[in-house]
Amino acid sequence: MAWVLTLMSLVIMAWASALSIRNRPVNDALFYAAAALEVAVVAVVIGGFIALGATDRSVDGITFVGYLITIVLVLPIGVAWGASDKSRWGTGVVVIAAFLVIVLSWRVVQIWQGTHV
Amino acid sequence: MSERSTSTGPGRVLVAVYAIFALSATARSVVQIATDFGAAPLAYTLSAFAAAVYIAATVALARGIRPMAWTACAIEAVGVFTVGTISVVASEDFPDATVWSVYGQGYGYVPAVLPFLGLVWLWHTRESRE
Repeated sequence: MAWVLTLMSLVIMAWASALSIRNRPVNDALFYAAAALEVAVVAVVIGGFIALGATDRSVDGITFVGYLITIVLVLPIGVAWGASDKSRWGTGVVVIAAFLVIVLSWRVVQIWQGTHV
Repeated sequence: MSERSTSTGPGRVLVAVYAIFALSATARSVVQIATDFGAAPLAYTLSAFAAAVYIAATVALARGIRPMAWTACAIEAVGVFTVGTISVVASEDFPDATVWSVYGQGYGYVPAVLPFLGLVWLWHTRESRE
């Protein structure tokens, strides 16, 4: 599932980067694309909660839940913060938010597998 | 001429990155202190201090509180290089990492660059004498 989020995030990063380079603010299409990514994130997070409840293995539960909550909040806050600036820097914020989704989703995988430091 | 806002244009991105570090440093230090403070008291205290500095910088840049932003970025610049150097030279005192360990290696060295971007941005948006 982290791969799905990564691919979707990469698309949004590329798209937002292109808009940023052309000095465009966040537009409707990018907003809906980010919303689609957020739906996927929410689906993965719900799956994560269910998996945490069902597993017999010992998983670092508090950290795992902390990351799941954080990853849900990244896009709404990032897009809201970015959309309120009508310059290339607004879409720049969206690039960073999408990148953070990638980082966080792989951290979630590491914590789930118990391979994090 | 008046001062330019610190939270528009490139400042948007800067505040976003600061917010990420404020969040991750805070989360890291809360977990470290709550779970096993005795393991590395110095490193964990520095983690909490770094978190407080990032929160201060984020708020100051977002709200345009310039003296506070200058102070926070300056402390951050000193902190990342002091802690970074100590963590390389005296690694036995740092059994567990902080955001600033080895100049922010665990975070792509962004913590080493960020305070200078902050200081440059504050200088760039300062009140013009003209």
